Amino acid sequence: MAEFSFENVSKRFGSMPAVDNHSLAAGDGEFIVLLGPTGAGKTTTLRLLAGLERADAGKISIGGDDVTHQSPTMRDVTFVFQQYSLYPHLTVFDNLAFPLRSPARSWPADRIDVKVREVARLLHIEDKLSNRATQLSGGQMQRVAIGRALVREPRITLMDEPLSSLDAKLRAELRVELKRIQRELGATVLYVTHDQTEAMTLATRIGVLDRGRLVQIGSPREIYERPANVYVATRLGSPGINLVPRQLLPRLKAPDAAATVGARTEHVRVSKAANGSALGRVRWIEHLGDANHLHLRLGEHDFVTLTAPGTPLTVGDAVDVDFVAPLFFDASGRRIVT
Amino acid sequence: MAEIRVDSLHKSFGDFVAVNDSSFTVRNGDFFCLLGPSGCGKTTTMRMIAGLELPTRGRILLDGIDVTMQRAALRDIAFVFQLFALYPHMNVRANIAFPLKSQRMPRAQITERVEEATRILRITHLLDQPVSGLASGDRQRVALGRAIVRQPKAFLMDEPLGALDAEFRSLMCGELRLLHDRLGATTVYVTHDQLEAMALADRIAVMNEGRIEQLASPQEIYDRPATVFVADFIGSPSMNFLPCAPVDAGLARGTHRVRVEGADIEMPALAQDASGREFILGARPEHISLVSDSPLRAEIFGTEYLGTTQIVTLQLRGGTSIKARVPSDVPALVGDQVGLALDSARLSVFAGSNGSALRTTLHESGTVHG
Repeated sequence: MAEFSFENVSKRFGSMPAVDNHSLAAGDGEFIVLLGPTGAGKTTTLRLLAGLERADAGKISIGGDDVTHQSPTMRDVTFVFQQYSLYPHLTVFDNLAFPLRSPARSWPADRIDVKVREVARLLHIEDKLSNRATQLSGGQMQRVAIGRALVREPRITLMDEPLSSLDAKLRAELRVELKRIQRELGATVLYVTHDQTEAMTLATRIGVLDRGRLVQIGSPREIYERPANVYVATRLGSPGINLVPRQLLPRLKAPDAAATVGARTEHVRVSKAANGSALGRVRWIEHLGDANHLHLRLGEHDFVTLTAPGTPLTVGDAVDVDFVAPLFFDASGRRIVT
Repeated sequence: MAEIRVDSLHKSFGDFVAVNDSSFTVRNGDFFCLLGPSGCGKTTTMRMIAGLELPTRGRILLDGIDVTMQRAALRDIAFVFQLFALYPHMNVRANIAFPLKSQRMPRAQITERVEEATRILRITHLLDQPVSGLASGDRQRVALGRAIVRQPKAFLMDEPLGALDAEFRSLMCGELRLLHDRLGATTVYVTHDQLEAMALADRIAVMNEGRIEQLASPQEIYDRPATVFVADFIGSPSMNFLPCAPVDAGLARGTHRVRVEGADIEMPALAQDASGREFILGARPEHISLVSDSPLRAEIFGTEYLGTTQIVTLQLRGGTSIKARVPSDVPALVGDQVGLALDSARLSVFAGSNGSALRTTLHESGTVHG
C-alpha cells in the first residue's frame, strides 16, 4: 500500500540489456501491468523491485524511500508466482496465517484469526479454512496463494503470471475476483503477463515492454486508442490491428508522412464491391458465434476484421474497404498524431 | 474422398461407458468436429473410426462399406496427432515420403506426390532439411504433409493444434481450413477448444458423457443450443442462465413471457407445452444491455475493457452472476445499480428438470441474424 518508482533503472545480463533505462512512477493503490512477449524484460523488472536482482544503474524507491540497495526482506513486498507454492502439509488457515506468525511480525493469535478470516471472506474460501492446501482445486489454491500475499498488507504486491496455469474459464473468473480484491484492499500491484486480455482488464495502467525498453505506459484505453508506435498497436486488440502500406490505399486521405495505415476492426467498413472498385477478396469467414472474423486478402496482405453473423458476404467475393479514422504510422513506425 | 457413417456405436471399458449409442454421418467433404470436455468420449469415437479401438457394439461404414472390424491399416484413413510424431533421424522429404515408401509406390510417383504436398503446405524450401531444427509450426506442417501425401479417403485429427501457443494456434487454424478447402477431403477433428471448433467446422457434434448432445452447424449451435450443457460450453464468456418461473399457471404453447426475480421478461413464443415449475432462461452476453428503466435490476460487480467492447459482470438481487458484452463507451462503474434489457427475440429457454431447450419461435425462424 505504497507508491513506487523507477528512475533510469538498467540491468544487463552479460552483454544483453534485460532492462534498459526504465522510468516509471506508480501511485498508491495502482494496478500496473507490464505486458510483453518472452524476453521483453517483464520478470526482471519485477525482480528488481523485489530486490531479487540488483540494478546496474538508476534508483528504485518504495513509499518515498530509496530501496535500490536494500535487501528483499527490508522492502516489505510480496510475490505471487505462476505456481501455487503453498505449504502442502498445512491447512488453508495455516497457509494464510504463515506470514503473520513469522518472527518479523509475530502477531497475537486472536489478531491473526480476525485477519485470516477477513481475507478468506474476501477470497470466498471461508468454508475451506480447515482443508489441507492439497485438497483444493487449482483455482482455489491460486486464490489462497494470492490471499497469503495480501494478508500482511505489504507495501507492494508483485505477481508473475499468476493466472497462466489455470484453464480459460477459471482464469476469466479469477481475473474479475483479483481486480475486486485489489480494489477493496487498496493494494499497490505490479503484475507481469504476456496475455493482452489480462492487461486490458486488470490494469489501471499498462506498461508495454519491447526487448528491455518500456515503450509506452498509459491506461488500457490510451494504449489501445493511441498507441505510440506500430509495436504497441500490435500488442492489443483481438483480432489484431491490420497494418497496410499507405500506397495500397490511394483513395484514403492520410497525412503526408504516413507510411503505414493501422486499421482495427472498428475503423473498417467492408462492403461488396460495386463496378470494379474492389480492393480485396474474401478468403475465409471464421465463425465465433456472436460475430465472425472476416479474413480478406488485400493485394499481398492479409486483413482480418469482424462482421455480423448474418453477413451476405461469402468466400471469393470481391469487396471494397472503407476506413473511418484509422491510425497512421510514419516510416520509422511512430504513430502520427492527427 | 468418403462418407463416414457411425451407427449405434457403443464402447465400454469395464463399467465405464465411454461412448453411448452414438449415431451420426460425416458427409463427403465435410469438416466435422467432435467437441467436448475431457472424458466425453470424443477421442474414443475417433479411435474407433480409425480402427485403433474396437467398438463393444455398433457399426462404422466408410463409403457404405462396413469397416467396423477391419484393421486400421486397411481403412485408408490418415491420422494426425497432437504431438508431431516425426522421425527425428530423417529429413523433411523422407518423413513425408515414408507412408508412400511403405506402400511400395514407384519412386517417380513418390517424388511427384511429396512435391505436391509440400507445395500445398508451402514448405518446399524445407524439403532437404532435418526435422530436428524446425520451428513448431513447420513441424506441424510436415506432420500434415505426411497425412495428405497418401491422399487417403479421410483425415482424422486429434487436437493437432493443442500443443501450440494461442497466437500460433489461430494462425494454424486458418491454414488448416484453407487446406481443407483446397483438398476437399472428409475430415474428422477432435478438440475441447470451442473456438477452434467454431472456426474450423462445417458441422460440430457436441459430446458430453459419451453422448452427442447436439449436431449442427457452428452458427446453429451458437444461436439455438439444444441443451444447457451445449449453451454453456459454446461461447466466451458463456451464456448466462437465469432461473425463471411461469407468469401464470404453466408454460403453454404460445407463452412469450416468464418471470425472473419478480420481473416479467419477454421471450420467443413457445412452440410446445412444457410441464414443471422450474425453467432456465438463457441469454448470451451480447444480448444483454444496460438501461435505466427495467424491472430487472442488478449491481455492477466488475468491468473488463477489451477495446471495442467491454464485459460487465453483474449481480442480480437473488445472487445470480451474469456477464454482459456492451460497447466500451457505455458508462459502467463498479457498485452502480442498473436495469437490464434482454434481446427478447434471441433468448433460449430450457426445462429445469433435464436442461433441454424448449422449442420456441426462435427455432422456427430461418437464420437468426440478418
